[in-house]
Amino acid sequence: MLEEIGVESVEELFAAIPADLRLDRPLELPDGISETECFDDLASLAERNADADAETCFLGAGIYDHYVPAIVDAITQRSEFLTPYTPYQPEVSQGGLQVMFEFQTAISELTGLPVANASLYEGPSSVASAAYLALGATKGRKRLVVSRGLHPHSRETLRTYARGFGAEVVEAGLEGGLTDRDALAEAIDEDTAAVFVQSPNFLGGVEDLEALAAAAHERGALAVASVDPISLAVLRPPGECGIDVAVGEGQPLGNRLDYGGPSFGFFAATEEHLRRMPGRIAGEATDADGRRGFVLALQTREQHIRREKATHNICTSQALNALAGVIYLSWLGRRGFVELGELLAQRTAYARDRLAAVAGVEVLHDAPVFREFGLRLAEPVPAVLDRCAGEGLAAGYWLGREYAEYQDGLLVAITERRSKDDIDRLADALERAITEAHRAQARDTRKNASQAGVEA
Amino acid sequence: MSNPPSPPTAADVPTPQQREPAVTIYERSVEGRRAATMPPLDVPVRELADLIPPRLLRETPAALPEVSEPEIVRHYSRLSRRNFDLDTGPYPLGSCTMKHNPRLNERVAALPGHARLHPAQDPKRAQGALELMWRLERALAEITGLANVSLQPSAGSHGELAGLLLTRAYHGDRGEQRSKVLTPDTSHGTNPATVTMAGYEVVKVATDVRGGVDLDDLRAKLNEDIASLMLTNPNTLGLFDENIAEIAALVHGKGGTLYYDGANLNAIMGRSRPGDMGFDICHLNLHKSFSQPHGGGGPGAGPIAVSDRIAPYLPVPRVVRREGENGSTPRFELDHEAPESIGRLRGFQGNFGVFVRSYAYIRSLGADGLRDASETAVLNANYLLARLRAGSAGRLLPVAFDRLPMHEFVLSGAPAKRELRVKTLDIAKRLLDYGFHPPTIYFPLLVDEALMFEPTETETRESLDQLADAVEAILAEAERDPAILHEAPYTTPVRRLDEAAASRRPVVRQRRA
Amino acid sequence: MAAEESYPEDLKYHPEHDWARIEGDTATFGITWYAQDALGEVVFYEPPEAGATVAKDQPYTEVESVKAVSDVYAPLSGEVVEVNEGLAERPETINEDPYGEGWLAKVKLSDPSEADDLLDAGAYRELLSD
Repeated sequence: MLEEIGVESVEELFAAIPADLRLDRPLELPDGISETECFDDLASLAERNADADAETCFLGAGIYDHYVPAIVDAITQRSEFLTPYTPYQPEVSQGGLQVMFEFQTAISELTGLPVANASLYEGPSSVASAAYLALGATKGRKRLVVSRGLHPHSRETLRTYARGFGAEVVEAGLEGGLTDRDALAEAIDEDTAAVFVQSPNFLGGVEDLEALAAAAHERGALAVASVDPISLAVLRPPGECGIDVAVGEGQPLGNRLDYGGPSFGFFAATEEHLRRMPGRIAGEATDADGRRGFVLALQTREQHIRREKATHNICTSQALNALAGVIYLSWLGRRGFVELGELLAQRTAYARDRLAAVAGVEVLHDAPVFREFGLRLAEPVPAVLDRCAGEGLAAGYWLGREYAEYQDGLLVAITERRSKDDIDRLADALERAITEAHRAQARDTRKNASQAGVEA
Repeated sequence: MSNPPSPPTAADVPTPQQREPAVTIYERSVEGRRAATMPPLDVPVRELADLIPPRLLRETPAALPEVSEPEIVRHYSRLSRRNFDLDTGPYPLGSCTMKHNPRLNERVAALPGHARLHPAQDPKRAQGALELMWRLERALAEITGLANVSLQPSAGSHGELAGLLLTRAYHGDRGEQRSKVLTPDTSHGTNPATVTMAGYEVVKVATDVRGGVDLDDLRAKLNEDIASLMLTNPNTLGLFDENIAEIAALVHGKGGTLYYDGANLNAIMGRSRPGDMGFDICHLNLHKSFSQPHGGGGPGAGPIAVSDRIAPYLPVPRVVRREGENGSTPRFELDHEAPESIGRLRGFQGNFGVFVRSYAYIRSLGADGLRDASETAVLNANYLLARLRAGSAGRLLPVAFDRLPMHEFVLSGAPAKRELRVKTLDIAKRLLDYGFHPPTIYFPLLVDEALMFEPTETETRESLDQLADAVEAILAEAERDPAILHEAPYTTPVRRLDEAAASRRPVVRQRRA
Repeated sequence: MAAEESYPEDLKYHPEHDWARIEGDTATFGITWYAQDALGEVVFYEPPEAGATVAKDQPYTEVESVKAVSDVYAPLSGEVVEVNEGLAERPETINEDPYGEGWLAKVKLSDPSEADDLLDAGAYRELLSD
């Protein structure tokens, strides 16, 4: 090969690198190892993780332990879906392009909005992407109003991006587990580009999207909703509530927990915003012989053509995860999706009542919920969580992590994998944990008191 | 070369795949069919309207498909065969680094300890995940020569945005307001798009006759309003910019940051490091150099590595390693408190499943393996170029810059267009009939009728020979009769599609029945 | 189906590949054959608002093809009095008839003497052959 190239050694091919920039030592990394050893290394790391099979998972916060059907793996592991690049040569990418088209259709159906893209990275950054669209659409406006009910990661991500957008982010608080409508209306002004609400919100409360959309529109702002895709089986879709842009975390649709990623973000909007949409969009097309096919449509929005004026900088998104999503939704089907939604609503109602009946536990709010709800515990939540873990239960998400006002708050998530027995087990474990924690606390108090007595 | 496709004749009939019309999963629906069943309800049933106010409830179900499992499997299996993929044939897309995706990585990513772990799990009980992330960070730090890493960004673009937001924070901390970012005219489109998203204005810097940054133009444009210069090295022409040290000095001299787009890292692993070149911030594409499968357009990951002066601004949460007390094992934590951090760029910790795969890849290859990979990538690119130049491509598709390229090279199809009346697009379409994915076309914009080839290290010599032979054969066809190329491809599941009509009156979802 | 290459004698040309048909103190603007050929098939055109001000040598709108977006430069300054609404439905008219049905905007000129800076057909053809 070197002869063909016309050089004496491979070193000559690196001659352009100045001598003082050449690494004169091996990389300080371990030597390469065999597949067997590599597998063992990865397996030993995996063993040190308490996964959802080791601890029955009531953790949610946007990522849920739904059952992923076996056909998802079977299909997504196929070479033809796993290994190709983005479909820039449509003639040999009809598989991927048609999948995108089917996925876009599914998201459009779920959200009730006519146009959807072929995926973004995940939930919280999709919220930021919606802000970018809104700022572009409402030229000159610089304010973004968000409900405190939005996932903390979405609010934080939006603030990070907003510094680049040159926009200010203003938060409206919650009342009784739902967005405080008066606070929201007050925060919206003529400089507001978009208003953001999440439903169900981070505390599990189902919001009235129609009212919130109206508040936004009254001042000429866009209404953006971040929604749980599974909730759209049962809840009125954003498109029917006057919402302009719907985004959300797609993980519940056929994707694994995977310690939080990869999953996908979805993005749907009204027709008016089609040419401002971020990301890939597949469109129907006809070939030279009149055959039906699919292509990447409206590429002039995208970075590879429009460059500094692109609607977004995204290139690689989450195509394989979106494929998992559309397979999942096809597997559930029209009826199965509704049945899943109803199952979740029923189990959640049961769980909320059952857990709130435990001594030392109250509901955080009594707003309607769908699959997740907040509780207040009489004992410190981290201690209770540790004790429940000892019994093989990941009891929920400590709200005090991001909500200073809910230090005693626990967010419990329900999926179809959490049976009545699991819920009952959780109730018993919570009861024990709270009692134990109380006793431990009482012991400490007595001990401190007696110490003080001794020292006095 | 085995089985070259014969030029089309009047007797050509559509291929079986061409005869099979495109049918969507929705069009296969038959009312009442289904695949999934739900577990039975084991809790007392209540009226939905009692649980959730009726006006918040959905009235019309989403029109999802109604199909059985065998139909779903058949539908997507058949659909998959309408895709060309890397496992099936070479994919020499420039700047995409389509290297083989080791299957071990899929197996380890699927281990329940990794795949079934919730991101909000107590870090005390996610030590394997956190240690894996920490080890990956250390490896990337060593490879890049930049010690401070965040794995959070989900793709290269996301990493670029992070880099510019870090730059903004850095200057803000110094009381400076800078408004512009320099990018070369050869830059990938994500660079200028990111510049705008980060609130800066793009200023283009020219490329000189050797294919590197034009230093005079750079000096003329550099001032204290320039926040950053975004580069990749080697650049999108596949050429290493020998002036990089001076470029770094110039940029730093004006207080700007130097950003490295890691898309071309495959050329220099173990040989040279962006940190040593003077870059402050770099992103890596785990779906390029680090073997994460492309998935038809993701998932990927775009971790960033930064110098010490930029480190305070890195996103949160950060993986932290704490020494064990009294010789016990070290502990790993997620640190959310970092007052100078730019904050979060997404939920939770990032695309962990991608970290698992890339970690396994780096672990498998080790220091020597990574260096070998880059060496072979560069060797393969140069070999392919030499083979092409030895044929009529030497005359008709000349290399755009007459220097030894690294892992990729750019040819210009301008002579072929002039002499044979075939555009780069036509050559690319005919390559599809020969069983190859074409190179990147019409990029970089600097080169007329560009073709950018990046074979990667996992192509064999035989495979490169076949590709070169195919290009040769196609040019010969063009000399005989350019119409052969104009009408190509002939054998793919569909032929050339009317993209203009698709964008004029877009149909982006299934029409409702 | 694009038109045959031509550069009508009765028009004035701007180096950024735009033409103006001047009639008294109003002018009709469009893009030249060269411009539409370089762009490829036009897929989208959003006209400027009636009443908008345009300035000579500044972009006043964009034309989009499948593979590119191009700024359209105003050959002369003035106020937009009429836009070609038909192009919203059939943007490909710009390719088919760039000097006729593919006109982009009609402008009331603020300074007709600016026309002296424009090229005639011969000079524009020369510019193209460079």
